[in-house]
Amino acid sequence: MVKTTVPRDEYMMQGHVACQGCGATIAMRYVLKALGDNTIMTIPACCWAVIPGVWPQHSLKVPLLYTAFEVTGAALSGIEAALKAKGQDDEINVLGFAGDGGTADIGLQALSGMAERGTNALYVMYDNEAYMNTGIQRSGSTPFGAWTTTTPVGKKKEWKTEFKKSVAEIMVAHRIPYVATASIAFPEDLYAKVQKAKSIKGPKFIQIFSSCPTGWKHSPDITVEVARKAVLSHMFPLYEVENGVYKISQKPKPIPVKEYLKLQGRFRYLDEEAIEKIQEHVDREWELLLKKEEFTQSL
Amino acid sequence: MRDKPYKPKTWKELPYATITDVPSTFNNTGTWRTVKPVIDYDKCISCMICWKFCPDVAISIVPNPKEGAKFDEVPKIDYFFCKGCGICAHECPVKAIDMVQEESK
Amino acid sequence: MKLTLTGNQSNAWGVKLARVQVVAAYPITPQTTIVEELAEFAANGELDTQYIKVESEHSAMAAVIAAENTGVRTYTASSSHGLALMHEMLHWAAGARLPIVMGAVNRAMGPPWNIWADHTDTISQRDTGWMQFYVESNQEVLDTIIQAYKVAESKDVMLPAMAIEDAFILSHTVETVEIPDQELVDEFLPPYDPPEYLNPKDPKGFGSLVMPDFYMEFRYLMYKAQEAARKRIREVTKEYAEIFGRDYHGLVEEYRTEDADVVMVGAGTMISTARDVVDKLRSEGHKIGLVKLRVFRPFPYEEIQEIAKRVEVMGVMDRSFTHGYGGAMFNEVKAAVYNTDARPKMKNYLIGIGGRDVTAKMLEDTFRNALKVREHGLDEEIMWVDLKGGE
Repeated sequence: MVKTTVPRDEYMMQGHVACQGCGATIAMRYVLKALGDNTIMTIPACCWAVIPGVWPQHSLKVPLLYTAFEVTGAALSGIEAALKAKGQDDEINVLGFAGDGGTADIGLQALSGMAERGTNALYVMYDNEAYMNTGIQRSGSTPFGAWTTTTPVGKKKEWKTEFKKSVAEIMVAHRIPYVATASIAFPEDLYAKVQKAKSIKGPKFIQIFSSCPTGWKHSPDITVEVARKAVLSHMFPLYEVENGVYKISQKPKPIPVKEYLKLQGRFRYLDEEAIEKIQEHVDREWELLLKKEEFTQSL
Repeated sequence: MRDKPYKPKTWKELPYATITDVPSTFNNTGTWRTVKPVIDYDKCISCMICWKFCPDVAISIVPNPKEGAKFDEVPKIDYFFCKGCGICAHECPVKAIDMVQEESK
Repeated sequence: MKLTLTGNQSNAWGVKLARVQVVAAYPITPQTTIVEELAEFAANGELDTQYIKVESEHSAMAAVIAAENTGVRTYTASSSHGLALMHEMLHWAAGARLPIVMGAVNRAMGPPWNIWADHTDTISQRDTGWMQFYVESNQEVLDTIIQAYKVAESKDVMLPAMAIEDAFILSHTVETVEIPDQELVDEFLPPYDPPEYLNPKDPKGFGSLVMPDFYMEFRYLMYKAQEAARKRIREVTKEYAEIFGRDYHGLVEEYRTEDADVVMVGAGTMISTARDVVDKLRSEGHKIGLVKLRVFRPFPYEEIQEIAKRVEVMGVMDRSFTHGYGGAMFNEVKAAVYNTDARPKMKNYLIGIGGRDVTAKMLEDTFRNALKVREHGLDEEIMWVDLKGGE
């Protein structure tokens, strides 16, 4: 038998209706590989509310509660409470799988509530950096410089003028036992992080960088390459925070952010000045992350 | 889950709530494809990177039909599902996958 | 056992007797004392429930939806702005066919801020697919919670229900309440047995996208469920009366309507006072009766049509203002009768808005006004009762 770097079991079925080259499906595939089928999942409005298929179709080997846009955190608390009432809370994993809009913006309150209440569940934010299911509108998680349909650049060059909100850091501030970032380009790391989250009791949060050919305007074949270069350029660092202690998962010698940006149509309007601004921001954030890692080691 | 697709004709055949129980594996998403990945098994090193990154779970690991080959297992593309995104070809470290234009039938 | 309880305590007692497994709630006046009482029950081990302290009413409803979908009996409670914040999830609960029961304590909507009795909050949720029971006494609060679970969880219904009590008049006012025996309640209301739930051993999706080819049919199923509920409410109320000795007469309770020429239709606490006013006017020889709209959803059109055949005037009292042509209850009563042969005059009385006390005097004036309609015909269709300065 050929050795694979991740287990062969699949819990995401074929025939789902995601776009060609969808990063969010790779995220789902590996999250479920790590959690297994003894899991109850909830998904709010987002791409993944459509990907499983139109009624009566289902493309996941776990039970799925579809719910409203802003309530993933509350739904997790509800599922957990019901499992406690049935005495099944120790055996069944509870998973929320939500997009960046449903997490960073409209669902932030319920997520905060779920974390503060100590709900024993894993919240996965698959981050494709805009409201993709409604057709590429900017979210709080859209990076500086990106074209979206609500930051349409135009003659006035009005791309997204604010930097990406760090939901992972917001979750660290909730003092929950486990926060991590992961990427579809590094499935082994993603798998290991979900496995670790599974072993920890309490609220867990993992933000998975999931490239989107449709919204980012790149060809579908480079989905993984784009995600990889986000990590290699320090645009999206991979790290975990266990009980407040930071651990950077990999510290690549950075490639220029330009190498990442130029792959995507959403950044094609950027001038040198804007690219320089992004580079400075990314360098500063990376320094900050290194300091956090250093500073929290003694905790 | 049901073992075959389910096409109700009237409201009387519906479940009381919108509960989904037909596996998506009846969906022929292969019809979306305009370019088709073709594996050159002479080049393939069975690293399974294509399998690993397939967003559609359209690549499976199967016993190598070639007797006495170097690898006992090889990746196999299921064209019923493959949407032709090309990630497999792009990620292949030995360029063993070609993207071939689909022809009209 | 008899206890002196506020309406809200009585509500919590109903929840306890129904052995609710998950509660999620958020404070809002005048509902708060329900969830305080439930928190005490849970903390003392008197109620074996998982209590989720959510960060908003919206999340309260979302959490009980998720819990109920996981296969357990759930409860929440709210009022006014909290109920309005839940609006999206009220649709979700009904559309997902989850038999959640909630305590709704009627309170006016702001602005201006006002925490007193007014039905606008629940009336505004009439289109969500929830059943609505408007209760009259603290005893009825408790009894209705138990009955509501039984109706809601019926396999041919599977719809959520609100037990609705007026702010302060019931919620914070003490009355004697008979507490039914737990064993009898257990027999009446067996443990929740959901036909489908989130189960890893049988992984299905709940609430997916439905295309226009079947969305309408799923809505039609909800209509059929409301129709089934009208039958179930009558049966369950009857069964409850046989076991516990208190009869709430199904969807509509009539008081002294047998030979009435004029009937007054209303809901909630005004009904208790109205009974006395009917007695007084009867003693003067007026043939007047009272119709208590106990259930507004499903709407009791059959009962209303039957009453309309027998009377000359129907006065409908709405304790809400919904910015339409007359109150919502008035409009539905009128609509139910329009295509029948019955032709009673119908007049709408907007009364007790924003917690204005609905006094016996005010009701007497209103009822006499309806009697006048019988003698002199309809002068105006809609009247604001006790409006300072008049219309």
